[in-house]
Amino acid sequence: MAYNLDFDWLSQAAEPIARGAVATVGLIAVTAVLGTLCSILGAAAVRGRSPLLRRAVGSYVELIRNTPFLLQLFFIFFGLPSLGLRLDPAIAATLAMTINLSAYGTEIVAAGLDAVPNGQKEAGRALGLRSSLVFIKIVLPQALKVIFPALQSQIIIMMLESAAVSQISVRELTYEADMLQARSFRAFETYFIITMVYLVLSFCLRRLLGFTGRKYLIGAAP
Amino acid sequence: MDFTFWDILRNLLLATRWTILLSIVAFIGGGIVGMAILLARVSDRRWLRRFAELYIGLFQGTPLLMQLFLVFFGLPLIGFRIEPWSAAALALTLCASAYLAEIWRGGVEALPKGQWDAAKSLGLHYPNQMRLIILPQAFAITRAPVVGYLVQLVKSTALTSIIGFDELMRTSNAIANATFEPLTVYGLVGLIYFVICRPLTLYARHLQLVGGVGQAR
Repeated sequence: MAYNLDFDWLSQAAEPIARGAVATVGLIAVTAVLGTLCSILGAAAVRGRSPLLRRAVGSYVELIRNTPFLLQLFFIFFGLPSLGLRLDPAIAATLAMTINLSAYGTEIVAAGLDAVPNGQKEAGRALGLRSSLVFIKIVLPQALKVIFPALQSQIIIMMLESAAVSQISVRELTYEADMLQARSFRAFETYFIITMVYLVLSFCLRRLLGFTGRKYLIGAAP
Repeated sequence: MDFTFWDILRNLLLATRWTILLSIVAFIGGGIVGMAILLARVSDRRWLRRFAELYIGLFQGTPLLMQLFLVFFGLPLIGFRIEPWSAAALALTLCASAYLAEIWRGGVEALPKGQWDAAKSLGLHYPNQMRLIILPQAFAITRAPVVGYLVQLVKSTALTSIIGFDELMRTSNAIANATFEPLTVYGLVGLIYFVICRPLTLYARHLQLVGGVGQAR
Protein backbone atom coordinates (compact mmCIF):
# COMPACT_ATOMS: atom_id res chain seq x y z
CA MET A 1 0.00 0.00 0.00
CA ALA A 2 1.46 3.33 -1.00
CA TYR A 3 0.77 6.35 1.09
CA ASN A 4 2.06 9.78 0.29
CA LEU A 5 2.74 12.08 3.18
CA ASP A 6 1.16 15.44 2.63
CA PHE A 7 2.35 18.59 4.33
CA ASP A 8 0.43 21.13 2.21
CA TRP A 9 -1.82 22.04 5.11
CA LEU A 10 1.21 23.31 6.97
CA SER A 11 1.19 26.74 5.30
CA GLN A 12 -2.06 27.63 7.03
CA ALA A 13 -1.12 25.91 10.27
CA ALA A 14 1.74 28.13 11.38
CA GLU A 15 -0.49 30.49 13.29
CA PRO A 16 -2.44 27.92 15.36
CA ILE A 17 0.77 26.02 16.08
CA ALA A 18 2.47 29.19 17.31
CA ARG A 19 -0.59 30.08 19.40
CA GLY A 20 -0.63 26.60 20.93
CA ALA A 21 3.09 26.68 21.64
CA VAL A 22 2.78 30.05 23.38
CA ALA A 23 -0.07 28.69 25.51
CA THR A 24 1.95 25.59 26.45
CA VAL A 25 4.96 27.73 27.35
CA GLY A 26 2.71 30.06 29.38
CA LEU A 27 1.20 27.13 31.29
CA ILE A 28 4.55 25.63 32.17
CA ALA A 29 6.04 29.03 33.08
CA VAL A 30 3.29 29.76 35.60
CA THR A 31 3.40 26.18 36.88
CA ALA A 32 7.18 26.21 37.24
CA VAL A 33 7.16 29.37 39.36
CA LEU A 34 4.19 28.36 41.55
CA GLY A 35 5.39 24.76 41.73
CA THR A 36 8.89 25.70 42.84
CA LEU A 37 7.53 28.00 45.56
CA CYS A 38 5.11 25.32 46.79
CA SER A 39 7.89 22.72 46.66
CA ILE A 40 10.06 24.85 48.93
CA LEU A 41 7.19 25.34 51.38
CA GLY A 42 6.36 21.63 51.15
CA ALA A 43 9.95 20.60 51.78
CA ALA A 44 10.17 22.99 54.74
CA ALA A 45 7.04 21.33 56.14
CA VAL A 46 8.21 17.76 55.48
CA ARG A 47 11.53 18.42 57.22
CA GLY A 48 9.99 20.80 59.75
CA ARG A 49 9.17 20.48 63.43
CA SER A 50 5.38 20.09 63.37
CA PRO A 51 4.45 16.39 63.22
CA LEU A 52 0.97 17.25 61.92
CA LEU A 53 2.35 19.23 58.97
CA ARG A 54 4.95 16.55 58.28
CA ARG A 55 2.22 13.90 58.15
CA ALA A 56 -0.16 16.02 56.05
CA VAL A 57 2.36 17.10 53.42
CA GLY A 58 3.88 13.62 53.35
CA SER A 59 0.47 12.07 52.57
CA TYR A 60 -0.15 14.65 49.85
CA VAL A 61 3.16 13.80 48.20
CA GLU A 62 2.48 10.06 48.31
CA LEU A 63 -1.06 10.45 47.01
CA ILE A 64 -0.02 12.55 44.01
CA ARG A 65 3.06 10.50 43.18
CA ASN A 66 1.06 7.27 43.07
CA THR A 67 -1.83 8.37 40.83
CA PRO A 68 -1.84 9.45 37.15
CA PHE A 69 -1.77 13.13 36.25
CA LEU A 70 -4.74 12.68 33.91
CA LEU A 71 -6.84 11.43 36.82
CA GLN A 72 -5.82 14.38 39.00
CA LEU A 73 -6.79 16.70 36.19
CA PHE A 74 -10.21 15.06 35.71
CA PHE A 75 -10.82 14.99 39.43
CA ILE A 76 -10.28 18.73 39.62
CA PHE A 77 -12.13 19.64 36.44
CA PHE A 78 -15.03 17.16 36.48
CA GLY A 79 -15.12 16.15 40.14
CA LEU A 80 -14.90 19.44 42.02
CA PRO A 81 -17.98 21.04 40.36
CA SER A 82 -20.18 18.58 42.27
CA LEU A 83 -18.81 20.22 45.42
CA GLY A 84 -19.79 23.59 43.95
CA LEU A 85 -16.31 24.54 42.71
CA ARG A 86 -16.44 25.10 38.96
CA LEU A 87 -13.12 26.12 37.43
CA ASP A 88 -12.18 27.57 34.09
CA PRO A 89 -10.25 24.91 32.07
CA ALA A 90 -7.04 26.95 32.04
CA ILE A 91 -7.26 27.53 35.81
CA ALA A 92 -8.03 23.85 36.45
CA ALA A 93 -5.06 22.85 34.28
CA THR A 94 -2.68 25.24 36.04
CA LEU A 95 -3.95 24.03 39.39
CA ALA A 96 -3.55 20.35 38.50
CA MET A 97 -0.09 20.92 37.05
CA THR A 98 1.04 22.93 40.08
CA ILE A 99 -0.29 20.30 42.49
CA ASN A 100 1.45 17.56 40.51
CA LEU A 101 4.77 19.36 40.11
CA SER A 102 4.82 20.43 43.77
CA ALA A 103 4.51 16.84 44.97
CA TYR A 104 7.60 15.75 43.04
CA GLY A 105 9.32 19.06 43.79
CA THR A 106 8.76 18.66 47.54
CA GLU A 107 10.63 15.34 47.49
CA ILE A 108 13.42 16.86 45.42
CA VAL A 109 13.87 19.99 47.56
CA ALA A 110 13.66 17.91 50.75
CA ALA A 111 16.50 15.73 49.44
CA GLY A 112 18.45 18.94 48.84
CA LEU A 113 17.84 20.08 52.44
CA ASP A 114 19.20 16.74 53.65
CA ALA A 115 22.34 17.30 51.61
CA VAL A 116 23.26 20.52 53.42
CA PRO A 117 25.59 19.70 56.32
CA ASN A 118 24.12 20.35 59.76
CA GLY A 119 27.11 22.54 60.64
CA GLN A 120 25.78 25.17 58.23
CA LYS A 121 22.59 25.46 60.27
CA GLU A 122 24.50 25.52 63.53
CA ALA A 123 26.86 28.17 62.21
CA GLY A 124 23.87 30.33 61.24
CA ARG A 125 22.35 29.87 64.69
CA ALA A 126 25.68 30.71 66.30
CA LEU A 127 25.63 34.02 64.43
CA GLY A 128 22.37 34.75 66.22
CA LEU A 129 20.11 34.46 63.14
CA ARG A 130 16.49 33.47 63.64
CA SER A 131 15.73 29.93 62.44
CA SER A 132 13.55 31.24 59.59
CA LEU A 133 16.45 33.40 58.40
CA VAL A 134 18.86 30.49 58.72
CA PHE A 135 16.56 28.50 56.46
CA ILE A 136 16.07 31.21 53.83
CA LYS A 137 19.56 32.67 53.78
CA ILE A 138 21.81 29.72 54.51
CA VAL A 139 20.24 26.28 54.09
CA LEU A 140 17.86 26.87 51.17
CA PRO A 141 20.31 28.46 48.68
CA GLN A 142 22.75 25.60 49.16
CA ALA A 143 19.95 23.02 48.86
CA LEU A 144 18.63 24.58 45.64
CA LYS A 145 22.10 24.56 44.16
CA VAL A 146 22.36 20.81 44.70
CA ILE A 147 18.92 19.86 43.43
CA PHE A 148 18.58 22.28 40.56
CA PRO A 149 19.26 19.69 37.81
CA ALA A 150 16.61 17.35 39.25
CA LEU A 151 14.07 20.15 39.53
CA GLN A 152 14.87 21.19 35.97
CA SER A 153 14.17 17.67 34.68
CA GLN A 154 10.93 17.54 36.63
CA ILE A 155 9.75 20.83 35.09
CA ILE A 156 10.47 19.47 31.61
CA ILE A 157 8.61 16.24 32.39
CA MET A 158 5.68 18.37 33.55
CA MET A 159 5.77 20.33 30.29
CA LEU A 160 5.54 17.07 28.33
CA GLU A 161 2.74 15.77 30.56
CA SER A 162 0.83 19.01 30.08
CA ALA A 163 -0.20 17.63 26.66
CA ALA A 164 -2.96 15.86 28.62
CA VAL A 165 -4.69 19.14 29.53
CA SER A 166 -5.95 19.30 25.93
CA GLN A 167 -8.49 16.75 27.20
CA ILE A 168 -10.31 19.41 29.21
CA SER A 169 -10.11 21.69 26.13
CA VAL A 170 -7.38 24.03 27.24
CA ARG A 171 -6.19 25.62 24.01
CA GLU A 172 -2.55 24.58 24.16
CA LEU A 173 -0.33 22.84 21.63
CA THR A 174 -1.99 19.40 21.67
CA TYR A 175 -5.45 20.95 21.50
CA GLU A 176 -4.43 22.90 18.40
CA ALA A 177 -3.03 19.68 16.94
CA ASP A 178 -6.38 17.95 17.49
CA MET A 179 -8.15 20.82 15.76
CA LEU A 180 -5.68 20.88 12.85
CA GLN A 181 -5.90 17.17 12.15
CA ALA A 182 -9.69 17.32 12.28
CA ARG A 183 -9.59 19.93 9.53
CA SER A 184 -6.77 18.57 7.35
CA PHE A 185 -7.54 14.83 7.75
CA ARG A 186 -3.78 14.40 7.98
CA ALA A 187 -3.54 13.07 11.50
CA PHE A 188 -0.12 11.45 11.27
CA GLU A 189 1.56 14.43 9.63
CA THR A 190 -0.06 16.85 12.08
CA TYR A 191 1.01 14.94 15.17
CA PHE A 192 4.46 14.43 13.69
CA ILE A 193 4.97 18.18 13.30
CA ILE A 194 3.57 18.89 16.75
CA THR A 195 5.82 16.21 18.26
CA MET A 196 8.81 17.97 16.71
CA VAL A 197 7.58 21.28 18.17
CA TYR A 198 7.48 19.65 21.61
CA LEU A 199 10.99 18.31 21.05
CA VAL A 200 12.24 21.81 20.25
CA LEU A 201 10.36 23.25 23.22
CA SER A 202 11.86 20.75 25.66
CA PHE A 203 15.32 21.36 24.21
CA CYS A 204 14.95 25.16 24.55
CA LEU A 205 13.43 24.87 28.03
CA ARG A 206 16.37 22.73 29.15
CA ARG A 207 18.80 25.32 27.78
CA LEU A 208 16.92 28.23 29.32
CA LEU A 209 16.60 26.60 32.74
CA GLY A 210 20.24 25.55 32.67
CA PHE A 211 21.28 29.09 31.83
CA THR A 212 19.09 30.68 34.52
CA GLY A 213 20.22 28.11 37.04
CA ARG A 214 23.90 28.75 36.39
CA LYS A 215 23.46 32.48 36.46
CA TYR A 216 21.25 32.95 39.51
CA LEU A 217 21.70 29.83 41.59
CA ILE A 218 25.23 28.60 41.18
CA GLY A 219 26.67 32.09 40.97
CA ALA A 220 24.62 33.47 43.84
CA ALA A 221 25.37 30.72 46.32
CA PRO A 222 27.98 31.59 48.96
CA MET B 1 -30.21 3.17 34.63
CA ASP B 2 -29.21 3.13 38.28
CA PHE B 3 -25.75 2.26 39.46
CA THR B 4 -25.15 1.17 43.00
CA PHE B 5 -21.78 1.75 44.61
CA TRP B 6 -20.95 -1.92 44.09
CA ASP B 7 -21.81 -1.76 40.38
CA ILE B 8 -19.36 1.11 40.01
CA LEU B 9 -16.63 -0.63 41.97
CA ARG B 10 -17.11 -3.94 40.15
CA ASN B 11 -16.86 -2.32 36.73
CA LEU B 12 -13.80 -0.35 37.72
CA LEU B 13 -12.07 -3.43 39.07
CA LEU B 14 -12.86 -5.33 35.87
CA ALA B 15 -11.29 -2.53 33.85
CA THR B 16 -8.25 -2.57 36.13
CA ARG B 17 -7.30 -5.91 34.55
CA TRP B 18 -6.50 -4.09 31.33
CA THR B 19 -4.44 -1.45 33.08
CA ILE B 20 -2.38 -4.16 34.77
CA LEU B 21 -2.10 -6.30 31.63
CA LEU B 22 -0.98 -3.33 29.54
CA SER B 23 1.59 -2.35 32.18
CA ILE B 24 3.01 -5.88 32.23
CA VAL B 25 3.13 -6.19 28.44
CA ALA B 26 4.79 -2.78 28.06
CA PHE B 27 7.25 -3.53 30.86
CA ILE B 28 8.32 -6.87 29.39
CA GLY B 29 8.34 -5.55 25.82
CA GLY B 30 10.17 -2.44 26.95
CA GLY B 31 12.71 -4.60 28.75
CA ILE B 32 13.45 -6.64 25.61
CA VAL B 33 13.66 -3.69 23.22
CA GLY B 34 15.44 -1.67 25.91
CA MET B 35 18.12 -4.38 26.08
CA ALA B 36 18.84 -3.89 22.38
CA ILE B 37 18.93 -0.12 22.78
CA LEU B 38 21.23 -0.48 25.79
CA LEU B 39 23.66 -2.67 23.82
CA ALA B 40 23.68 -0.06 21.04
CA ARG B 41 24.09 2.76 23.57
CA VAL B 42 27.23 1.28 25.16
CA SER B 43 28.63 -0.29 21.98
CA ASP B 44 32.06 0.43 20.53
CA ARG B 45 30.62 1.65 17.25
CA ARG B 46 30.02 5.36 17.13
CA TRP B 47 27.01 5.33 14.81
CA LEU B 48 25.23 2.75 16.98
CA ARG B 49 25.83 4.90 20.05
CA ARG B 50 24.57 7.98 18.23
CA PHE B 51 21.46 6.13 17.06
CA ALA B 52 20.63 4.94 20.58
CA GLU B 53 21.24 8.40 21.98
CA LEU B 54 18.87 9.88 19.41
CA TYR B 55 16.25 7.20 20.10
CA ILE B 56 16.37 7.83 23.85
CA GLY B 57 16.36 11.61 23.41
CA LEU B 58 13.38 11.42 21.10
CA PHE B 59 11.24 9.43 23.53
CA GLN B 60 12.32 11.40 26.59
CA GLY B 61 11.88 14.77 24.89
CA THR B 62 8.35 14.37 23.53
CA PRO B 63 5.01 13.79 25.26
CA LEU B 64 3.86 10.20 25.55
CA LEU B 65 0.46 11.35 24.29
CA MET B 66 2.09 12.39 20.99
CA GLN B 67 3.89 9.06 20.76
CA LEU B 68 0.56 7.31 21.23
CA PHE B 69 -1.06 9.39 18.49
CA LEU B 70 1.84 8.81 16.10
CA VAL B 71 1.68 5.05 16.55
CA PHE B 72 -2.12 5.02 16.45
CA PHE B 73 -2.31 7.03 13.21
CA GLY B 74 1.01 5.82 11.81
CA LEU B 75 0.41 2.07 11.89
CA PRO B 76 -2.42 2.13 9.34
CA LEU B 77 -0.16 4.07 6.95
CA ILE B 78 2.25 1.15 6.78
CA GLY B 79 -0.59 -1.31 6.30
CA PHE B 80 -1.53 -2.45 9.80
CA ARG B 81 -5.08 -2.40 11.02
CA ILE B 82 -5.85 0.39 13.45
CA GLU B 83 -6.67 -0.81 16.93
CA PRO B 84 -6.31 0.89 20.33
CA TRP B 85 -4.89 -2.13 22.16
CA SER B 86 -1.98 -2.81 19.80
CA ALA B 87 -1.21 0.88 19.36
CA ALA B 88 -1.18 1.37 23.13
CA ALA B 89 1.01 -1.68 23.74
CA LEU B 90 3.46 -0.74 20.97
CA ALA B 91 3.78 2.94 21.96
CA LEU B 92 4.25 2.15 25.65
CA THR B 93 6.76 -0.60 24.79
CA LEU B 94 8.86 1.78 22.71
CA CYS B 95 8.66 4.51 25.32
CA ALA B 96 9.55 2.11 28.15
CA SER B 97 12.48 0.75 26.15
CA ALA B 98 14.02 4.23 25.93
CA TYR B 99 13.68 4.88 29.66
CA LEU B 100 14.89 1.42 30.68
CA ALA B 101 17.89 1.61 28.33
CA GLU B 102 18.83 4.95 29.86
CA ILE B 103 18.52 3.59 33.41
CA TRP B 104 20.64 0.53 32.59
CA ARG B 105 23.22 2.66 30.81
CA GLY B 106 23.63 4.50 34.10
CA GLY B 107 24.27 1.11 35.70
CA VAL B 108 26.83 0.06 33.09
CA GLU B 109 28.69 3.35 33.36
CA ALA B 110 28.66 3.24 37.14
CA LEU B 111 30.71 0.03 37.13
CA PRO B 112 34.41 0.50 37.82
CA LYS B 113 36.59 0.19 34.74
CA GLY B 114 38.44 -2.64 36.46
CA GLN B 115 35.44 -4.89 35.81
CA TRP B 116 35.97 -4.57 32.06
CA ASP B 117 39.71 -5.10 32.42
CA ALA B 118 39.16 -8.13 34.63
CA ALA B 119 36.68 -9.60 32.14
CA LYS B 120 39.15 -9.08 29.31
CA SER B 121 42.01 -10.56 31.26
CA LEU B 122 39.94 -13.70 31.75
CA GLY B 123 40.05 -14.01 27.97
CA LEU B 124 36.34 -13.38 27.51
CA HIS B 125 35.11 -11.93 24.24
CA TYR B 126 32.85 -8.87 24.15
CA PRO B 127 29.52 -10.77 24.18
CA ASN B 128 30.62 -12.85 27.14
CA GLN B 129 32.10 -9.86 28.95
CA MET B 130 28.68 -8.27 28.67
CA ARG B 131 26.65 -11.36 29.47
CA LEU B 132 28.69 -12.70 32.37
CA ILE B 133 30.32 -9.69 33.99
CA ILE B 134 28.90 -6.31 33.05
CA LEU B 135 25.14 -6.72 32.57
CA PRO B 136 24.38 -8.77 35.70
CA GLN B 137 26.05 -6.13 37.84
CA ALA B 138 24.46 -3.25 35.93
CA PHE B 139 21.01 -4.82 36.36
CA ALA B 140 21.61 -5.47 40.05
CA ILE B 141 22.53 -1.89 40.92
CA THR B 142 19.65 -0.38 38.93
CA ARG B 143 16.81 -2.42 40.40
CA ALA B 144 15.46 0.51 42.43
CA PRO B 145 15.10 2.96 39.50
CA VAL B 146 13.65 0.19 37.32
CA VAL B 147 10.89 -0.49 39.85
CA GLY B 148 10.46 3.27 40.17
CA TYR B 149 9.99 3.46 36.42
CA LEU B 150 7.39 0.68 36.59
CA VAL B 151 5.28 2.97 38.79
CA GLN B 152 5.59 5.69 36.17
CA LEU B 153 4.60 3.18 33.48
CA VAL B 154 1.46 2.07 35.34
CA LYS B 155 0.42 5.71 35.68
CA SER B 156 1.11 6.49 32.05
CA THR B 157 -1.24 3.71 30.87
CA ALA B 158 -4.00 6.19 31.81
CA LEU B 159 -3.10 8.18 28.69
CA THR B 160 -4.06 5.26 26.44
CA SER B 161 -7.68 6.06 27.33
CA ILE B 162 -7.34 9.02 24.97
CA ILE B 163 -6.73 6.80 21.92
CA GLY B 164 -9.70 4.70 22.98
CA PHE B 165 -8.21 1.79 24.87
CA ASP B 166 -10.75 0.60 27.46
CA GLU B 167 -8.58 0.52 30.55
CA LEU B 168 -9.33 1.91 34.01
CA MET B 169 -9.29 5.61 33.08
CA ARG B 170 -11.56 5.31 30.05
CA THR B 171 -14.01 3.11 31.92
CA SER B 172 -14.09 5.61 34.76
CA ASN B 173 -14.90 8.44 32.35
CA ALA B 174 -17.82 6.44 30.97
CA ILE B 175 -19.10 5.57 34.45
CA ALA B 176 -18.65 9.14 35.70
CA ASN B 177 -20.72 10.38 32.77
CA ALA B 178 -23.42 7.77 33.28
CA THR B 179 -23.79 8.14 37.04
CA PHE B 180 -23.25 11.89 37.42
CA GLU B 181 -21.05 11.05 40.38
CA PRO B 182 -17.61 12.06 39.14
CA LEU B 183 -16.28 12.67 42.64
CA THR B 184 -17.03 9.13 43.82
CA VAL B 185 -15.87 7.51 40.61
CA TYR B 186 -12.60 9.43 40.23
CA GLY B 187 -11.99 9.06 43.95
CA LEU B 188 -12.30 5.28 43.64
CA VAL B 189 -10.11 5.22 40.55
CA GLY B 190 -7.47 7.21 42.39
CA LEU B 191 -7.64 4.68 45.19
CA ILE B 192 -7.19 1.77 42.74
CA TYR B 193 -4.14 3.36 41.11
CA PHE B 194 -2.79 4.13 44.56
CA VAL B 195 -3.22 0.52 45.69
CA ILE B 196 -1.31 -0.67 42.61
CA CYS B 197 1.46 1.94 42.69
CA ARG B 198 2.10 2.50 46.37
CA PRO B 199 3.52 -1.00 47.12
CA LEU B 200 5.81 -0.64 44.09
CA THR B 201 6.96 2.78 45.32
CA LEU B 202 7.68 1.31 48.76
CA TYR B 203 9.51 -1.62 47.17
CA ALA B 204 11.63 0.76 45.10
CA ARG B 205 12.49 2.72 48.23
CA HIS B 206 13.36 -0.52 50.03
CA LEU B 207 15.61 -1.60 47.15
CA GLN B 208 17.32 1.77 47.21
CA LEU B 209 18.15 1.31 50.90
CA VAL B 210 19.29 -2.32 50.85
CA GLY B 211 19.73 -3.41 47.22
CA GLY B 212 22.78 -1.31 46.46
CA VAL B 213 24.49 -2.34 49.68
CA GLY B 214 23.96 -6.05 49.06
CA GLN B 215 25.57 -5.67 45.66
CA ALA B 216 28.65 -3.87 46.90
CA ARG B 217 30.06 -6.90 48.77
